[in-house]
Amino acid sequence: METIKINIEGHIYEVDKSLTVLEAARSVGYNIPTLCYWKGGHNSLASCRVCLVEIATARGGRLFASCVYPVADVPAEKGFVIKISSPMAVEARRASVELLLSNHNQDCQACVKNGHCELYEVASIVGARPGAFKGSKTEVHKDEIAPGIIRDSSKCILCGRCIERCKEAQGIGILGFEKRGFNTFVSPIADRSFAHVPCIQCGQCVNVCPTGALSEKREITCVDKAKAEGKFVVVQTAPAVRAALAEEFGYKIGELNATGKMVAALHRLGFDRVFDTNFAADLTIMEESQELVNRITKGGVLPQITSCSPGWINYLEYYYPQCIPNVSTCKSPHEMEGAIIKSYFAKAHNLDPKNIYVVSVMPCTAKKYEAKRPQNANAEGLPDVDAVITTRELAAMIKRAGIVFRELPEEEFDQDLLGQYTGAAPIFGVTGGVMEAALRTAYHTLTGKEFGPIDFKACRGLDAVKEAEVEINGLKVKVAIASGMKNAKVLLDQIKEGKSPYHFIEIMGCPGGCINGGGQPFVKPNLKPEEGADILETYREKRAAILYSIDEKCAIRQSHNNPDIIKVYKDYLGEPCSELAEELLHTTYVANREKYPEVK
Amino acid sequence: MEKITSPELLDQKISECTEKLSAKITGKGGKRAILVCGGTGCLANNSKEIIEKLEALIKEKGLSDRISVNHVGCFGFCSQGPFVKIYPEDTLYRAVKVTDVERIVEEDLINGKIVEDLLYVDPQTHEKVARMDDINFYKKQKRIALHGCSVINPDLLEESLGYDGFKALKKVLTEMTPQEVIDEIIASGLRGRGGGGFPTGRKWQFAANVKSDKKYVVCNGDEGDPGAFMDRSILEANPFEVIEGMMIAGYAYGANEGYFYVRAEYPIAVQRLLHAIDAMEKAGLLGDNILGTGFSFRCHLRLGAGAFVCGEETALLNSIEGKRGMPRPRPPFPAVKGLWGKPTCVNNVETLAQVGYIIRVGAAEYAKVGTAGSKGTKVFALGGKINNVGLVEVPMGTTLRSLIYDIGGGIPGNKKFKAIQTGGPSGGCLTEKDLDTEIDFDTLVARGSMMGSGGAIVMDEDNCMVDVARFYMDFICDESCGKCSPCRIGTKRIYELLTEIVEGRGTMETLDELKELAKITKNNSLCALGQTAANPISSTMANFYDEYLAHIQDKKCPAHVCKSLSKYYIDPEKCKKCSACSRACPVSCIKGVPGKEPYVIDQSKCIKCGTCMATCKFGAISHE
Repeated sequence: METIKINIEGHIYEVDKSLTVLEAARSVGYNIPTLCYWKGGHNSLASCRVCLVEIATARGGRLFASCVYPVADVPAEKGFVIKISSPMAVEARRASVELLLSNHNQDCQACVKNGHCELYEVASIVGARPGAFKGSKTEVHKDEIAPGIIRDSSKCILCGRCIERCKEAQGIGILGFEKRGFNTFVSPIADRSFAHVPCIQCGQCVNVCPTGALSEKREITCVDKAKAEGKFVVVQTAPAVRAALAEEFGYKIGELNATGKMVAALHRLGFDRVFDTNFAADLTIMEESQELVNRITKGGVLPQITSCSPGWINYLEYYYPQCIPNVSTCKSPHEMEGAIIKSYFAKAHNLDPKNIYVVSVMPCTAKKYEAKRPQNANAEGLPDVDAVITTRELAAMIKRAGIVFRELPEEEFDQDLLGQYTGAAPIFGVTGGVMEAALRTAYHTLTGKEFGPIDFKACRGLDAVKEAEVEINGLKVKVAIASGMKNAKVLLDQIKEGKSPYHFIEIMGCPGGCINGGGQPFVKPNLKPEEGADILETYREKRAAILYSIDEKCAIRQSHNNPDIIKVYKDYLGEPCSELAEELLHTTYVANREKYPEVK
Repeated sequence: MEKITSPELLDQKISECTEKLSAKITGKGGKRAILVCGGTGCLANNSKEIIEKLEALIKEKGLSDRISVNHVGCFGFCSQGPFVKIYPEDTLYRAVKVTDVERIVEEDLINGKIVEDLLYVDPQTHEKVARMDDINFYKKQKRIALHGCSVINPDLLEESLGYDGFKALKKVLTEMTPQEVIDEIIASGLRGRGGGGFPTGRKWQFAANVKSDKKYVVCNGDEGDPGAFMDRSILEANPFEVIEGMMIAGYAYGANEGYFYVRAEYPIAVQRLLHAIDAMEKAGLLGDNILGTGFSFRCHLRLGAGAFVCGEETALLNSIEGKRGMPRPRPPFPAVKGLWGKPTCVNNVETLAQVGYIIRVGAAEYAKVGTAGSKGTKVFALGGKINNVGLVEVPMGTTLRSLIYDIGGGIPGNKKFKAIQTGGPSGGCLTEKDLDTEIDFDTLVARGSMMGSGGAIVMDEDNCMVDVARFYMDFICDESCGKCSPCRIGTKRIYELLTEIVEGRGTMETLDELKELAKITKNNSLCALGQTAANPISSTMANFYDEYLAHIQDKKCPAHVCKSLSKYYIDPEKCKKCSACSRACPVSCIKGVPGKEPYVIDQSKCIKCGTCMATCKFGAISHE
């Protein structure tokens, strides 16, 4: 690392020469507020003008946006002084925020972002004066009909983070600036709804929004209603939820595996059964690895691509319909779990499936649409899953119920036919996890032997595209892993051109996988300075580490060795990819889909 | 034209074309030539029909082999167009109508008599002036950027070659190293004519210093200042000299591709530019291995959709790349990381139009014109309350007084000069006390305005300066790209406060808030548009504070412009009870009895349009 000496307020620091002034200042302990900057993203907008600092020389000072100004241009030896708290800089930062507030819907108490709003926090940091500037407000544009994401321009500060995230991380570019000047707003083209454009509902835009302009479509009231109607309400939680839920209750990122407390909270919220989607993750592996074995041994379409991520499935249907034959027909784990609950479980307990209400707690906004797909319902049209709430919504429900999370005991998931899971399941929540889990079982299916060592490190890490090779029965099985659609595109283009060298590909819609899903707790660059300056680069690893540690601690780490899985096949499904399994656990995809259903 | 493949062939071609053009002007060979202005303004006033009628009549009279009809670029004196000029006598007819053509043919072309009533009449001396060079408007001008304007046919490469075109290109390709070219431009003191006035040679040097497999030259023809049209006129009149300037820039810092960014509202400029590029490609003056020297260059054109902010170089680059026209943070500067991430210099049309001249005459000669810090000439678009509306090119250092009174012919109706706004909406106003200021980049800034692209709008006693400031702020609000908060919201807040003042709701606190907002938008904004957005406020507040106070404290608009603050009265003593005002009133708010009772204006309904006052022949109506 090449370093450079810079002068901040008269103190000399040696910092990484490739950084911007804001990043360098953070690395040495100054937290300059900002609303548009996002490290690890691609934000080069410098639009919010909140991170202004004075860069002074002997000739005087001028204000610059520290988030984009390279430290390489302001070496201390040439007399440059970075002034964060000069009157000029302090006033300028305050004024930028005050102007934003003058055009902002300040209905803060009732805002979905209450408690998480970066604008709120930054306004306090810069000392914004009440009602400093008054005047008219920009016309409001709202979109509330898409299944996963809603938009309210009255809260938007036009930082552009969402635009860059969608375009640069996902390679999609659904969002853009519309109109000009004071009338500018952010939306899909021509103010269309997210429901009417090829948005994949991944929610990455929601994750980076500093205010309440973008948020998930909440389904808490649907759950309340089901309870009020006396339905048998079953809840299941995805692996990635437990890796991040504690963040909503004051824990540092990666500090706590929240499984036990989460289950305790769900029990206290009055769910009739609290299940782990991990069970169905094992089930998915059984089906998906069998499907892979079938494709390899019977000459099916290769490479096979995983299907757990609904954001990815939306992308497939909109942008790469020609790859549909490559995609596993397996439903995603929570849909499988829903299907099993409303059949196997219902039958065993003599419950009317129509009276069962399945709630999935997911790190994901795209799952909200997935649950509404007609393909994810039984023959009578009864959906496998009735409501999907995000990790953030679960936290809201826990807070609403007055449950003190820190003081909860650790409790176990309900052991009732679908209680057990193996180490192969929790790692579904991180990019490469499904691949690793599937390889453990596919290897066993083909060789009759266990794959060793169990940890398949080549699948791990947060690289854009990973690839590996495993020898099974003399066949060199080539696999590749990508998360984030921009990365997936590389692998999909190979398939499209008939040049894909792989047998099996894992694709996750969000960069890093479900740990970074669109429904996860917000990572707030300004709000949590205790997380350290590098949090935007490290939060995904920290969450992933929780899931890998759960895997390591499991006595059983291969899906095919899960006793409840063995039982469900023995008692009910027969064998993987049997006729009944196909009916309950597999789905279909639609080429050239046009729109999402409008959800009021 | 056959391909020009070597410097020798170019020389040969140049001398042929020069001889031909000079014969046309001097009438050598006994042939007369008629030049008709083909600029946008004159075309809008039927100059195309004038040409067609001239051609038809000349043919009819059997004069075709003795007289040629040509269209040329803008004459500059737009308020007097369309122009018809006749060589070799050098007679200039102005404000020619299609119906005048027959007389020009009969009286002048056939009978050799000047058509007196089509000549320019000096407003001071009331004398008729037959020759262009004798008109005051042209006398003090020096044409470098406007070289060839109103002389050559912009559609003919031959005429460009006959009027100094491509001599400079040949010189740099055959006699100079790239560094020598840069040094020459640095020595000339040429500064960017688009607004900022950054030294052109130094910009090229930055780009030359960056190692890259690809570099670009971009020509900024996205002229957005209200009232400015110098870039349009240059491109319409002599696109070749701008392309030549671009190629010299490319040679100097190692770029082999150039982009013109011209606003789509300039269809004639666009068409002539495309035609010029095509002609040059066919002649081998654009493409690979130009003149056999190994230098290759290609030109492209991108149309701007009319966003003011796209005149800002980084927003312009985004626009060329197909992105929304929003400025990028600097650094990195375009010279380091510009178009598609490659080193790029963005030069204004007028800047590039001066490059060829500098190379031809040498930096030292060029630097003789102008002031210490600003060399050469500057083109201004004179507009507003001024007699001679049009395009003028004057040496740097010309005084405002000379610009307004000698060249501009003063204020119409002998009204009192109040201010001149230079630099467009980003500039500021200069007043009586600045009239003897020698105009250059630095003096204008020192006096609270700026050069900008050269718009110069004159205002007289009938202009309300608060209203003027509000007009510019309205423009800026519309043209802010919306990216950064100080510009997007700050300008809107300023506009709202100015509206309060002109509507009589302003207080002294409003002025304090205006000052604060002006400071914020200046200091906090990302690009020059926002940084200069408040200039009209600061400038009018500095020079016309009393007008602001009159609006706020007395609730009066001294220039009677702000409608909320003005009232119309009918003096019952002077009213002749004729009912003319009542009949003219668009909202029927004047009541009386014809011949019997004096008329009275219902103030609650009056829209303060002033029609009644203009209608009354007896001076019975006044306003305050």
